[in-house]
Amino acid sequence: MGHFLVVGILVIVMAVFTYIGLDAAGLMPLQASAQAVSIDWLWNWQLIAISFLFSLIVVPMVYSLIVFRRRKGETGDGEHIEGNTPLEIAWTVIPLFIVLALAYMGAYSLGETRRVDPNALVIEVKARQFAWTFEYPEYGIVSNELHIPVNKQVLLKMESADVIHSFWVPEFRVKQDVVPGRVTEYRITPTLIGSYKVRCAELCGSSHAYMESPVIVDSNTDYTAWISTQEKIAAEAAKTPEGQGERLTVRNGCIGCHSLDGSRMTGPTWFNLYGSQVKLEDGRTVTADDAFIAESILDPKATEVEGFAPTVMPPYPLTDAEIANIIAYLKTLK
Amino acid sequence: MKNSSPARGWLFFAVGLVAAYAAGVGLVYAVSGSLTYVHLVPILLATVVSATTLSWGASGFSPLTKGFLGLTLGGLAGYGLGLVIDLLVQGSLDWVTPVASLFSLLIGFTAFFLGVAGLNAVSKGLIWQIIGTLLGAIFISVIRVAMGLAWSGPFLFTEPAWVLGGFMGVLFFLAGSGSVSDWFKWARGIDTPEHHEESHTGWEKYLSISLDHKVIGIQYTITALFLISVGGLFALIFRTELAASQLQFLTNDIKLFGQSGPQLYNTFMSLHGMIMIISILLGIAGMMNYAVPLLLGAQDMAFPRLNAFSFWISVPASVLMLMSLILGGFDTGWTGYPPLSARAPVGMQMFFLGVFTAGWSSILGALNTIVTVLRMRAKGMTAFRMPIFVWAAVATSIIALTATQLIGLAFQLVMFQRLLGMGFFDPAKGGNPVLFQHLFWFYSHPAVYVFILPGLGIISELLPVFARKPLFGYRWIAMSSMAIALVGFLVWAHHMFTSGMNEYLRVPFMYSTLLVAIPTGVKFFSWVATLWKGKIWAPTPMLFVLGGVVVFLLGGLTGPPNATVSTDLHLHDTYFIVGHFHDTIFGGFVFPFFAALYYWFPKATGRRMSETLGKIHFWLMTPSFFILTFGMMRIGLLGMRRRIVDYDPALNFDATHLVLTISGYLIAISVLVFIYNFFNSIKNGEKAEGNVWNSRSPEWQVPSPMPTHNYDQPFEVVGEPYDYGLPGSKYVEFITPVKSGQK
Repeated sequence: MGHFLVVGILVIVMAVFTYIGLDAAGLMPLQASAQAVSIDWLWNWQLIAISFLFSLIVVPMVYSLIVFRRRKGETGDGEHIEGNTPLEIAWTVIPLFIVLALAYMGAYSLGETRRVDPNALVIEVKARQFAWTFEYPEYGIVSNELHIPVNKQVLLKMESADVIHSFWVPEFRVKQDVVPGRVTEYRITPTLIGSYKVRCAELCGSSHAYMESPVIVDSNTDYTAWISTQEKIAAEAAKTPEGQGERLTVRNGCIGCHSLDGSRMTGPTWFNLYGSQVKLEDGRTVTADDAFIAESILDPKATEVEGFAPTVMPPYPLTDAEIANIIAYLKTLK
Repeated sequence: MKNSSPARGWLFFAVGLVAAYAAGVGLVYAVSGSLTYVHLVPILLATVVSATTLSWGASGFSPLTKGFLGLTLGGLAGYGLGLVIDLLVQGSLDWVTPVASLFSLLIGFTAFFLGVAGLNAVSKGLIWQIIGTLLGAIFISVIRVAMGLAWSGPFLFTEPAWVLGGFMGVLFFLAGSGSVSDWFKWARGIDTPEHHEESHTGWEKYLSISLDHKVIGIQYTITALFLISVGGLFALIFRTELAASQLQFLTNDIKLFGQSGPQLYNTFMSLHGMIMIISILLGIAGMMNYAVPLLLGAQDMAFPRLNAFSFWISVPASVLMLMSLILGGFDTGWTGYPPLSARAPVGMQMFFLGVFTAGWSSILGALNTIVTVLRMRAKGMTAFRMPIFVWAAVATSIIALTATQLIGLAFQLVMFQRLLGMGFFDPAKGGNPVLFQHLFWFYSHPAVYVFILPGLGIISELLPVFARKPLFGYRWIAMSSMAIALVGFLVWAHHMFTSGMNEYLRVPFMYSTLLVAIPTGVKFFSWVATLWKGKIWAPTPMLFVLGGVVVFLLGGLTGPPNATVSTDLHLHDTYFIVGHFHDTIFGGFVFPFFAALYYWFPKATGRRMSETLGKIHFWLMTPSFFILTFGMMRIGLLGMRRRIVDYDPALNFDATHLVLTISGYLIAISVLVFIYNFFNSIKNGEKAEGNVWNSRSPEWQVPSPMPTHNYDQPFEVVGEPYDYGLPGSKYVEFITPVKSGQK
């Protein structure tokens, strides 16, 4: 009996210390949504189960290795114990109940994350290689940043233009794939004002790592202010060709790959692009004029820029008028 | 100094290394006009040349020296040939064209085997594979010309040409290597001898077609070790890039095999996954082939020719996997999800073909194992008196036999979507991308049980030997393997909790997934109870068994958070998952595989591996591995996604990633120690012809190395397999034949 008592005490001690250690290790990011609460609650129970079961196996194992080791000069075998059926039944049935409890808790926690608020704010999300675009249908706004008000449920209706992407803000916990050919839904109730990032979680190509966009949880007043600013920007933009061009580049997610300030991203920067000399992969040097820009949009493979080949940009079938607007916009980027 | 000695070898190695590196730097300078000291060309050149001079200095003009010489010269000649062909087709000289790299790889490899052993199964097969690939590609190209289509693409030929070429290359390899000759002879009514490997003796038989299950087992094992090294090398390459945020190593300026740095990252990461998976399948096939007939008392596997075929088809499959790296790579991960995989470069198709071909190896090998176990057991060996590893082998074979078709099918459908415009997974044509995921995971989840069940079987098989106690609850452990295999079929959609499949389906899949914990738990409890009150001793194989138990425990315990849907919504596609499955695979395959190699090495060679080096291997690998996976899981929880070439510096993961990279390198060093120990011990290991581990198992009751036709005398099972500690008990008794020819 002595062995069992010692091992039993050690298992409990080690389980407690393992749990305290894991809990102190700071394993989860900020908790910034209502959905995160029930997920973190379940995660905590998982940590308790992990700590206990880890100790339950490792402690008797290490104990045996020390106490029941073959000592110097010893020969011969251990005790002839072939098995113990009641014990086997016990460690089949008890884990069965643990597992069922865990599954029930999982279903409960899932239900909590799926609570529907019929008055949720609807935002349409478009994912494409390698940018996120957010449209606010109520206001006619389009943005590459997601702004949402705190403590209000948001329903994201998500579509993909090309391959599978996945919407994940670690601080919100919940993750949802964005699948071409269908609309997937993502409900979140942000609870903590702050600036986060949506990070594409499903491998979507060579610049997958950089498919990140700001997600900003605003106070109600800040959110209203942002909406009205955006409405003004949209109204102003509609008046000029370059303004319309700028809106087009937002709507098509162009700035997911092309920087406006000269920094290097997936594609060449647009800063000082118009009228400059561009070295192409095939050795030619061409002037970035109207024809070059139109060709680069309609058939990117034909104008692979040196250092950016092989290109990952798909053709964008825009109209001549739209392309003219974009060119007008590019001319302003100096 | 003598004409050949280790000291002379290292001297030659140093000279070769420095000279070749300098030559490589000079070559780069001559071509590009700029002096670069760290470059792939001098690194590769120095590697192959120094290997040649090392071998030359150490062993004179031996077969291995000839092999490395062939590799160096064949590689250079192939590169030159590729440059010329590319020049003729493109009209301009491109020094880094993938065409040259491809010819360099194929001809270099072939010349290596030619140098080692002249014309044998491998070198003939490879020569015919090259011919078949070219013929297939040219055939399609001719048709395209006749139809007025372009015949050449970015990788010399067009995609359809490469696909048919790749496929015909496999067929030509099989025909050329002689893997199917006996069957053709039978079809023509010609008899063939039961065993014909007597024409080859010594190490050369491992490079020829052999029908002996022990030779095939070792062929599988060596191929697995080669692929593990290749997959590990790929891991080191992308782990190096991850050591710090931003791109430092695989930068955008790189252009290799038609890919930029981040694209290469994706290719290496994807191929690391699939090459490791194939190496695991070959590794378990190696263990099962070698051990199962010996444990059963059989003379061979049930179908020796099918067995040889199963092994040899994995060789052209491996070549296809390497070709996929060069033919533009692919950026989808090993899962190959469409629509991304429908858009990836030609390399994707070579990957599909490679997996498809390797799948045959797995399916046919599984069939063979099941029949062998059902039909060829020794007298008296009832189901519950079989060694426990045999139970694991059967469970794993049932999955491999019945599920592998699904991944082959899934990949084949994408292949057809690309080639023929069939829109299986293209929403624009009424297809459904999520359907692919169901088909894919229907194999790929049970596949992880294919990977781990044999390893868990090894743990159960070896624990009693080193604890000197019966295996606790033998029947429960045997049944738990079957239970895992069965439940494993019902859980696939837990990989798809975020995929957008029917929401309510997620709950039943959560329940079924968590059920896997129960039979797995039975194994753990029984293992601990086996150790309890034993007389435990821990030579190297036992160290790896114990390490495997703890590592697999970590893998198992980090499973339920992925199984419960809500927590998985956070964990899915993060580094947590990467840490979790590396724990399961290292605990369930890598550690037990090493244990099995250390354990049965004396049986195969009559010598044992160095205990000191074995312990260095273990104590270097195990702590590094714990740090690696714990670090992975921690940053995964905090927001590190999987499969990314770069990460946001604002996340403050740089320090952790540096530690992970260092751990990765330490694991690689420990494996190098193992490989040295393995090959050195074949020749110089301490003689061990008896029952090294004092085991009750039948194969240890006869002298090592095992005779060609296994047991000279058949045996009868007269007791329980693991009755350690029961005085006077015996598992097997050899039968003296009364009359000649009687069994």
